[in-house]
Amino acid sequence: MKRPSLGAVLWALIPFAGTCFSVALWDRIDPRIFGLPFSFFWLISWLFLTPLCMWRAYRIETKQDRLQRKDGRG
Amino acid sequence: MSPSAVALTITFFIVGVGTAIGFYAGTRHKMTLEQWTVGGRGFGLILMWLLMAGEIYTTFTFLGASGWAYSRGGPALYIIGYQPLAFLVSFFILPAAWESGRKHGLQTQADFFLVRYGSKYLAAFVALLGVICIVPYLQLQLTGLGIIVEVASFGGIGRTPAMICAFTLVAGFVFFSGVRGVAWVSVLKDILLLFAALFVGIALPYIYFGGIGPMFTAVIQAHPNHLMMPGATKNLGHSWYITSVFLTAFGFFMWPQNFGASYSAKSADTLRRNAVVMPLYSITMPLMLFVGLTALMVIPGLSNGDLSLLTLVRKTFPPWFLGLIGGAGALTAMVPSAILILTAATLFAKNICRDVFAPDMTDQGVALLAKAMVLVVTAAALFSAIHSSLSLVSLLLMGYAGVAQFFPGVVLGLFSRRVTLPGVFAGLVTGFAVTVLLMLSGRDPFHGLNAGFLALCINFMMTGIVSYCTPEEPYRLDAAPAGLTHAGNPYAL
Repeated sequence: MKRPSLGAVLWALIPFAGTCFSVALWDRIDPRIFGLPFSFFWLISWLFLTPLCMWRAYRIETKQDRLQRKDGRG
Repeated sequence: MSPSAVALTITFFIVGVGTAIGFYAGTRHKMTLEQWTVGGRGFGLILMWLLMAGEIYTTFTFLGASGWAYSRGGPALYIIGYQPLAFLVSFFILPAAWESGRKHGLQTQADFFLVRYGSKYLAAFVALLGVICIVPYLQLQLTGLGIIVEVASFGGIGRTPAMICAFTLVAGFVFFSGVRGVAWVSVLKDILLLFAALFVGIALPYIYFGGIGPMFTAVIQAHPNHLMMPGATKNLGHSWYITSVFLTAFGFFMWPQNFGASYSAKSADTLRRNAVVMPLYSITMPLMLFVGLTALMVIPGLSNGDLSLLTLVRKTFPPWFLGLIGGAGALTAMVPSAILILTAATLFAKNICRDVFAPDMTDQGVALLAKAMVLVVTAAALFSAIHSSLSLVSLLLMGYAGVAQFFPGVVLGLFSRRVTLPGVFAGLVTGFAVTVLLMLSGRDPFHGLNAGFLALCINFMMTGIVSYCTPEEPYRLDAAPAGLTHAGNPYAL
């Protein structure tokens, strides 16, 4: 099977870094934002930021697919 | 009418409507094996979204998450952490899995192992392990249903009769409707769940504290450490969070039912777009955590955190509203249960019984056997639900640790040409052995790390080492399709 492109993987690494490995940096109560403890605010933000990153990854993958199809025909 | 009668009537009404939708949608298509298991491979973006949401937002979303916020605190954040990442991982795996599925006519996860590694015994082993992991997950759903009926009846109906009742309903539902019916019931379930989560998650903190912010202030004052990891636990700290998020994000689409669901998609692009938007749907999860934390302040001292959401709803709202929430909760247990049962039954009938013991069985024979297996699988889960008292999240984590062990076989199988049958087999056996050993001896978390994660690392190492020490094998996904759906396929020899 075709492997995913590097660009798409790099975009996907951003949410991983933001919500998984960096836990020690954001697992705190202050500063409170909109009344939420910081950790809650941070993770909720990533529910919206992850689709943004993945949308970029999607653009990269589909562009690659189109290019490949063109190559195949030519 | 007494409060319990009102609540139960409404709950059963909602369940009845859901079941009717399932029957109707299911009977409109002729039920071949392919239609029953993968819906004829024709699901577009919307139906696919519904099917995935149907599998993902389960009783666990509803009761387990609030239960953990109530009893554990900070560590419950892992639930908001892993869900977006699980979809992110699926973005890279499912389209490739789908391509191979369409090319070779695959219907189950074990079929993938059969074609990729060319061994019906490995496939049967994968199917067996899949079924074993499904049982605790199914048990989780049945326990959740039992809790709902117990609370909605104000303790009038015990949990065991409630679970037996639920068991009959779910088994009948799967029997007649197949995967398409299940996806359509998701429509009703998701609308109800979304409404219930939004309303309850915002209204409950507002009623008791005047808002979500003041609710958090109250929790922080009363329990200064509850909201930070390890919260109310001793050993669920940051290293546990990282390893658990990792394990669940990578394990998520290794569940046989989630992996198999990708075969129902119309195209690989459907799966990619689905992966991009799905994280938005997790917005219900923080709301469930808010409810659990509100309950911690309002009704402290419950013996079982999983009861917190419904008990608080019962205390706050009139019985009809409890019935509504109960109905939504019951559907969120029934839809995933149906999918789990369907998957386990198909795995058992197709990849174990036919491929190993009766290669001449026709597709119709397999479909019949699968339907009979529906009863066996449900009964097993019911039996273990009645005889166990684990919390909902613990059950879930146990199943995850198991299914995550498929990850090396799937990912290396898709993207590496060097991985071999002995390598995958050795990795799988070691991974499972380590998981079972650590879990059964009560060593999860192991020195602050998720036990399943450790097992996965060892599994990867074994797969790699043994693959390099064994002779190279052909990359069978490129081979001409063998027509798996017909008897006499070369892999089943």
